[in-house]
Amino acid sequence: MTNLTKIYGWGRYSQQDAYLHTPASCASLEFIAKQQNSVLARGMGRSYGDSANALNVLQTTYLNHFIEFDKATGKLTAEAGITLREILEIIVPRGWFLPVTPGTSYVTLGGAIASDVHGKNHHSAGTFGQHVESLSIVLGTGEVVTASPQSHADLFHATCGGMGLTGIIINATIQLLPIRSSLISQKTIKADCIEAACEAFESNSDATYSVAWIDCLSRGKSLGRSVIMLGEHAEQGGLEIDTRQKVSVPFSTPSVLLNSLTMKAFNTTYWHKSKHNVSQTVGLMPYFYPLDTVGEWNRLYGKKGFLQFQCVVPKLDGVANMRKLLTEISNSGYGSFLAVLKQFGTGNENLLSFPIEGYTLALDFKASEPAFKSVRRLEDMVVEMGGRLYLTKDAVMQESSFKATYPNWEKFEAIRVQYGALGKFSSTQSKRLGLA
Amino acid sequence: MKRILIIGATSSIAEHCARIWAARGEALHLVARNEQHVQVIASDLKVRGASKVTTYVTDLNAMDKHEELLDVADNALEGVDIVLIAHGTLSNQKSCELSVHETLAEIQTNALSTISLLTLIANRFEAKKVGTIAVISSVAGDRGRASNYVYGSAKAMVTAFTSGLRQRLHKSNVAVVTIKPGFVDTPMTAEFKKGLLWAKPTAVAATIVRAIDAKKNELYVPAFWWAAMTTIDMIPQALFKRINL
Repeated sequence: MTNLTKIYGWGRYSQQDAYLHTPASCASLEFIAKQQNSVLARGMGRSYGDSANALNVLQTTYLNHFIEFDKATGKLTAEAGITLREILEIIVPRGWFLPVTPGTSYVTLGGAIASDVHGKNHHSAGTFGQHVESLSIVLGTGEVVTASPQSHADLFHATCGGMGLTGIIINATIQLLPIRSSLISQKTIKADCIEAACEAFESNSDATYSVAWIDCLSRGKSLGRSVIMLGEHAEQGGLEIDTRQKVSVPFSTPSVLLNSLTMKAFNTTYWHKSKHNVSQTVGLMPYFYPLDTVGEWNRLYGKKGFLQFQCVVPKLDGVANMRKLLTEISNSGYGSFLAVLKQFGTGNENLLSFPIEGYTLALDFKASEPAFKSVRRLEDMVVEMGGRLYLTKDAVMQESSFKATYPNWEKFEAIRVQYGALGKFSSTQSKRLGLA
Repeated sequence: MKRILIIGATSSIAEHCARIWAARGEALHLVARNEQHVQVIASDLKVRGASKVTTYVTDLNAMDKHEELLDVADNALEGVDIVLIAHGTLSNQKSCELSVHETLAEIQTNALSTISLLTLIANRFEAKKVGTIAVISSVAGDRGRASNYVYGSAKAMVTAFTSGLRQRLHKSNVAVVTIKPGFVDTPMTAEFKKGLLWAKPTAVAATIVRAIDAKKNELYVPAFWWAAMTTIDMIPQALFKRINL
């Protein structure tokens, strides 16, 4: 038997002693999955909270093979444990890109599907799951099923965004996006308050990519001042890609370095350094994955780790509600370095998928008692506003908030019953949220 | 384009070397025991850019098949430039101690089958007067230790054999590269608790491929194992037999 190992998500809160199984092939994965009473697939461990924590964890590290890639059509099939970074190394030089990508390339294909991740093009391209043509999944019975929007559609829509709770995704086929260049033409716009930022998203909704860095410590008239970054794939400039990692944070730094003073200084400097209405060309990697250049940056928050809070509020009253949330965050003084604001397009059919049409806000809170209280207050406000929290970022949400804001949870459970997943696949998070 | 024969192609270290070669567009012929597993790897290497990938399934302990194995590889690749021998099992020392049969089986897999292959490959390359033979031995072969001396003695045989072969083939322009990995985080070592001494197979493979490019003689991967094993070698027998290693 394997030893107990301490595991945790990217936020390093909360931690769990787990038995790690790392099958060398799909065949041994199926064997282990059948053998265990309860198990959970885990990829790179990049979800922030406890959604990849469980007593028995099946690491997909060695399931990182490409299966097929059609360079003419951009259809890619690969095993679930392959990372988006590995995929990029192969597809970009051949003129293809991921149809949707999250802010880090260090996630697995299986993880991207289980979280139904979104990117800077959500308003036009939707989520990652919307570009999955089919996936193979090991069910609780040990049977392997191929699911797609056409076949086992119920299982497919439960699995995309299903946090690994329907079974173990072993491979998937996705449709890639053609590109002519590995460069991005970026345009920066400054908005001096939250209303101006939301207005800028609205008036630039034809941009392929849009995201804003938001100063969540500023108050009063400049509450929610933002630097909006728009992006388009360039038409020329070659297809090179550099995936070497530059630097790494070698150990947990004393978390006192990240306090309200340093964060305020950072945010103010960033705001004043950014220039309005400036266009420039940047590489794919720094544009989409700015934080990937610093390995293990989560150590900057110290040993206790941090909470990531990401919510979405509906478009109706969205701007006013965003102002309320930002006022709460700004008053608490616990807001972080990196807060991100983005406009979402319409949601999809995937039962536990996070995005709904409206505005999403993501930020970090260094783990501490007052920060927990602050996050709880924000959670209550978001529920009140008819919004919801992103399961992939969550470590503390209450069962009642989850069930109130993810109304499809009962359908999700019914599909889990039908496919033998109930009790068989679970995480610390699923138990906390009242999923069986 | 180089033509590379990989024996024991499902070993994690071999697979990661193959990925580097695939990205360079080399032609690869993979020999392994598990058909399903080697097919998965072959498809992967094609996507990663290998100009050609062929496979051959055999149990390498069937030494009477070795000649055929090499003929098939020669045909598939239309000549072989580099051979990487990477197959092996990590012996269970405790159960070997209780069983002559198991001990000899481990020596068979980890030493004799390799020596059979090396003998045949050496003669082929010697006749052509060109080629590189790379063999995965182990730091465990440097000095027999109580914790794994069955595996260690098999690897010691491989190390000594390749050392002699290197001398013999030098004048025929054939390079013999003896590779001694330390602890590598692979499925073979999944049961071990990992610490600072453990290396990732991607890093180990990058070092091995560079060494093969440069036709190095012998290398420890990661390099610090040279110092560690030299130190262990210097411990006098009187003291060595009293410690746990």
